Amino acid sequence: MATIQLQQVEKKFGDVYAVQPMDLTIQDGEFVVLLGPSGCGKTTTLRMISGLEAVSSGQILLNGRDVTWAHPSDRDIAFVFQFFALYPHLSVWQNIAFPLQAQGESGADVEKRVAEVAALLRIEHLLRLRPGALSGGDQQRIALARALVRRPAAFLMDEPLGALDAELRETMRAEIKRLHIDQHATTVYVTHDQIEAMAMGDRIVVMSNAVVQQVGTPADVYHRPHNLFVARFIGSPGMNLLSGDYADGIIALPGGNRYPVPEAWDRALRARLGQAGRVIVGFRPEAARIGGGGTLTATVYAADMHGGYTMLHLSLDGEDGEMVHARASRQEHFKIGEVVRFDLHPDMVRFFDAQTEVALEEVR
Amino acid sequence: MAVQPAPHPAVNYSTRVDEISPRARTLNGVRAVIVLLIALVMLIPVAWMTLTAFKSRPDAVAVPPKVLFEPTLEGFVSLLTSRRQLTTQQIEEYSQRTDLNWADLIALSRGQAITGPSNYPQRLANSLIIAGVSTIFSVALGLLSAYSFSRFNIPGAGDLLFFILSTRMLPPVVVTIPVFLMYRAIGIYDTHLGMIILYTVFNLSFSVWLLKGFLDEIPREYEEAAMVDGYTRLQAFVKIVLPQSLTGIAATTVFCLIFAWNEYAFALMLTADRARTAPPSIPSVLGTGGIEWAAIAAGSLGFLIPVVIVTFALRKYLLRGVTFGAIRQ
Repeated sequence: MATIQLQQVEKKFGDVYAVQPMDLTIQDGEFVVLLGPSGCGKTTTLRMISGLEAVSSGQILLNGRDVTWAHPSDRDIAFVFQFFALYPHLSVWQNIAFPLQAQGESGADVEKRVAEVAALLRIEHLLRLRPGALSGGDQQRIALARALVRRPAAFLMDEPLGALDAELRETMRAEIKRLHIDQHATTVYVTHDQIEAMAMGDRIVVMSNAVVQQVGTPADVYHRPHNLFVARFIGSPGMNLLSGDYADGIIALPGGNRYPVPEAWDRALRARLGQAGRVIVGFRPEAARIGGGGTLTATVYAADMHGGYTMLHLSLDGEDGEMVHARASRQEHFKIGEVVRFDLHPDMVRFFDAQTEVALEEVR
Repeated sequence: MAVQPAPHPAVNYSTRVDEISPRARTLNGVRAVIVLLIALVMLIPVAWMTLTAFKSRPDAVAVPPKVLFEPTLEGFVSLLTSRRQLTTQQIEEYSQRTDLNWADLIALSRGQAITGPSNYPQRLANSLIIAGVSTIFSVALGLLSAYSFSRFNIPGAGDLLFFILSTRMLPPVVVTIPVFLMYRAIGIYDTHLGMIILYTVFNLSFSVWLLKGFLDEIPREYEEAAMVDGYTRLQAFVKIVLPQSLTGIAATTVFCLIFAWNEYAFALMLTADRARTAPPSIPSVLGTGGIEWAAIAAGSLGFLIPVVIVTFALRKYLLRGVTFGAIRQ
């Protein structure tokens, strides 16, 4: 097993950065998810770790060994591709045995290890078939088997569930997570699906426009987004972000709403803005407490039934003002056009600098 | 017992495809007949050539042409042997001899005696060597070059590819004289080596372009997976790319082979005897007294066979190959 260190790793195509210089240390046995919209550099980062893409500058260390310029085959890592990349002219068994044969394993050893990994992934009945004849889920299991069979130092997975349908994706997600727990293998996983990232990652690296936006646990990136991009990108819907004018402990929000800032945050705002200034208030839909009265008022624009809860679309300023999302209990019913009062949970409110878009730190 | 409700009328419209309507069956029959007719028309020249090869000299030039005739191996004998004309007295002498084989007898019936083998087998062998080796070279070199163009970031790749193609933008005959002078100067005129080099170079542009199309169709993830799995790029190429590009290789091989096999102008100008290939020699089997149609037909027939064998051997790949990689399994 292995630790992976990226030191000031960058990738340029011509003058354009695909990945701006980034530092990242992945601990032994950790499951790290690279998350971001398409074109943000997450796949390029993964390919640089694998050696399929050369770095423009910086260093990559695997278990402390500098592998920056090592050939992919010398890195002892396995790569799972989005479209599986199973060799169509080989049988499933030959596909799985392929990496072992590269290592010059003896025939008996290959037989044994392929059988082991096939049992682990419950694909014994497929071994004689060609991959082209199989379903997406089975193809993915075979791709995983091919990666697992070598017992590599680390696994790199590039959107391995992207090509599967929704239901299968959920099953395979659980399987991959379970495999990770059993094998305890260092894994770097690329996805653009934030739900997948939240569900699977020990840590999430949020990337956008070739820049790392935040590195943190799923709870961190969800509750304490480092900047507006992360706040918007994580969660569905993303964090509610309202621009307001701060003055003397009160933020004036759209629709004549006046939000009294919790005390711990008041000090932070005062330190940053002085007496008055512009600030962005952020809160998750579930941070809005509806029904118990409160200082903020809004008009119900729409209510989406989600089964376990109801997602309200609230307009702060009359019928067509700025929208916020709020999560309400499924027992309560709201009529469209109804005026509701709500409050924000003081521990779940975040504040962002209006200029830099970076989150403010609480001052206790 | 409850009465079963009648099936909903909409369910009665069968969507089964194993039952062909009579109309469609008639159309299929018509189609088959048309295809058969076209195939027959296409086969007429080959069939006529085959018939002519077995005709005697008067039958070959008979007007109206004879479809039914007495087959003879006269054409093959005159193709494969060199003969001399006998005087009437010599014919008498020869007729008395008992050591004559069937070929001698055929020659004798035309008043000739066989003096030795002709150079046709030698020229067919030249054709086989030159076309075979040059095809192997052009496909092998083309494959490596096409792979590089397909996978690596080559500066000016587009210009280079155009440059490679531009060697095909003039009729080959135009350059035969300069090539002849050069070949004579460096001493590879009328050699196998010279012809192999020429055909390889000439086919290379075609082979690079065709193979690049096929290789572009193979996702590079396959090689990347192999490289991460512990193989070098060359190993990945041999184990992963090569088996998947068999279709393209087969198609390219056949096209290159047919070109090198059929090439006439260069062969006529750049070979004399040692390396002379079959195409320029077949028409030279004209015979002493008038054109030996049967011999020419027999020579052409023998000339067809190698290409037919190769094409048939590769037909499994060709059927998919002629769609130029548009369809992947």
